Amino acid sequence: MATLDQVTEAYAAARADPEFTGELSRLLRDYTGRPSPLTEATRFAEHAGGARVLLKREDLNHTGSHKINNVLGQALLTRRMGKKRVIAETGAGQHGVATATAAALMGLECVVYMGEEDTRRQALNVARMRLLGAEVVPVRTGSRTLKDAINEAFRDWVANVDTTHYLFGTVAGPAPFPAMVRDFHRVIGDEARAQVLERTGRLPDAVCACVGGGSNAIGIFTAFLDDADVALHGYEAAGDGVETGRHAATITGGTPGILHGSRSYLLQDEWGQTIESHSISAGLDYPGIGPEHAWLHDSGRATYEPVTDREAMEAFRLLCRTEGILPAIESAHALAGALRVGQVLGPEGVVLVNLSGRGDKDVDTAARWFGVVSDEEIVEAAEATVEAPPQESSGEGW
Amino acid sequence: MVTALSDTLAKARAEGRAALVGYLPAGFPTLAGGIDALTAMVDGGVDVVEVGLPYSDPMLDGPTIQDAVDVALRGGATPRDVLTTVEAVAATGTPTLVMSYYNPIDHIGPARFAADLAAAGGAGVILPDLPPEESGDWLAAADPLGLDSVFLVAPSSSDERIALTTSVCRGFVYAASLMGVTGVRGAVSGAARGLVARTRVATGLPVCVGLGVSTAEQATEVAGYADGVIVGSAFVRELLDAASPADGAAAVHALAGELAAGVRRGAGERAGTAQ
Repeated sequence: MATLDQVTEAYAAARADPEFTGELSRLLRDYTGRPSPLTEATRFAEHAGGARVLLKREDLNHTGSHKINNVLGQALLTRRMGKKRVIAETGAGQHGVATATAAALMGLECVVYMGEEDTRRQALNVARMRLLGAEVVPVRTGSRTLKDAINEAFRDWVANVDTTHYLFGTVAGPAPFPAMVRDFHRVIGDEARAQVLERTGRLPDAVCACVGGGSNAIGIFTAFLDDADVALHGYEAAGDGVETGRHAATITGGTPGILHGSRSYLLQDEWGQTIESHSISAGLDYPGIGPEHAWLHDSGRATYEPVTDREAMEAFRLLCRTEGILPAIESAHALAGALRVGQVLGPEGVVLVNLSGRGDKDVDTAARWFGVVSDEEIVEAAEATVEAPPQESSGEGW
Repeated sequence: MVTALSDTLAKARAEGRAALVGYLPAGFPTLAGGIDALTAMVDGGVDVVEVGLPYSDPMLDGPTIQDAVDVALRGGATPRDVLTTVEAVAATGTPTLVMSYYNPIDHIGPARFAADLAAAGGAGVILPDLPPEESGDWLAAADPLGLDSVFLVAPSSSDERIALTTSVCRGFVYAASLMGVTGVRGAVSGAARGLVARTRVATGLPVCVGLGVSTAEQATEVAGYADGVIVGSAFVRELLDAASPADGAAAVHALAGELAAGVRRGAGERAGTAQ
């Protein structure tokens, strides 16, 4: 596809251009707030076999997740290609919010495709995107979740390639996206590796990250690929349990196939039809996974294990109660994995966890899961509406 | 190699006209209803039939075809039903191709799929999302069985890309007339004529134009410069809008007749352009 060739060429030229890399570094520092801190979770670690647990705080980035790293890179690339419009897909809304943010920053028109089911689960992020000036399009085809939002975004792109860049949000999709998105996220691992060395005087024994499409995981794994003694663990969303069929554990429960332009593992039936995935976390609710993860799995360099909704939510609660940090439910899957790994390593172990996002967007989901608000309180909150100011008819309007 | 498909396209060319290619997904509105509609299409004057393999993620199709495919999938349509449909349509003597995204073929296995398709009397496949660079396994399975393999070129394709794509095409080249997904449009893109001209530089294969053709007038226009006119969404729309499957098949029959007349009117324009 000519458009993919254009993106490939533009990205290759941009990578080699000090002006581009310098501008991106400046934005990551002054706008995103990089480097993100490394927080030692000592009280949480008491539940992880006493191993040292170090959290890479991508949740403290501007917009609240790792997604901003890739988005700023691709938004700069969009401008460099002379395009004025970006489109994006989003599941939990983190990538959509980051894209809307970068588009506002750089004066680009922005349209975000989001499965209708996800717009309900993540209404707060829909509001954020609209406040930032993006158009959010609820997708009503197929399973009405992330994969269908990707289909719809591809359709838009095919029709509008002259003006539009598809700001793809994970390390899947057709080339060059898996490699390009990885490159923009490897800053996570590069920083974390140096921070762990400085803090502990050695490399971690294990690196834990959640995987949906796999962007935060590739970002942190990439810096450790040549460190043979560092175990890399990816945690897939097992939903109700892989054995129930209601899950998003693509490597554990999938088979090789082709989706959205790349060959990787895929949840599919006996005829090659995509099976809908299920997870409490909209951000992990995707039936595919980036092809580099498939390769890391096949080569044995990384291991991928399922984490159920229940395990993830227990880890979510534990981090809230022991460290005062509300993680994204996506990241809670990695925390659940860290609890397992810590038990194996014991007090001598050092576990690095990519805390890929903050949990603000998931407060409603978590509150319902744990029953921390009563039905009456939910009704009262819904009724306590704020009166909107009168709309200016001549303004741009939201 | 002379195949049923190339023979049909050559005969149309000998008549000084473009061929009419019609598409419907299998299993839509039902397995039997789909077969009825496709045979009605053949009776109406379609020269070549494309049977769509209903797929869960039809990225390159617009809302009309996706609606039809959703109906088929909810009705339980499988690749087995596609072969049943191909067998029934091919029995009319009309070259019958399967249009499929590649994952179902990859999953079933190219060799098995090709063998089953050939056994059902299929003429070949149209592969909208298989890059020519990745087509080796499929061609190795399809070529020995005499199955044609059609790949797509688009207005954005470079001349190098067109050369690469046409080098793996068998039967004909599918020229996507515009940048976009399938669907009925008010006018056929002006980019189609230029794309056909660029494709002819690269290959001697027939070039058929699809995406956006829905009326006899559009068919006449495209038939003025292409070897085949491909119509999909307009046929699907007739079935979606019909009160009953029988009404739908009758409407498909009528539309095929209008379009068949349309491509024959295009013959006059072709004669004027020294074809």
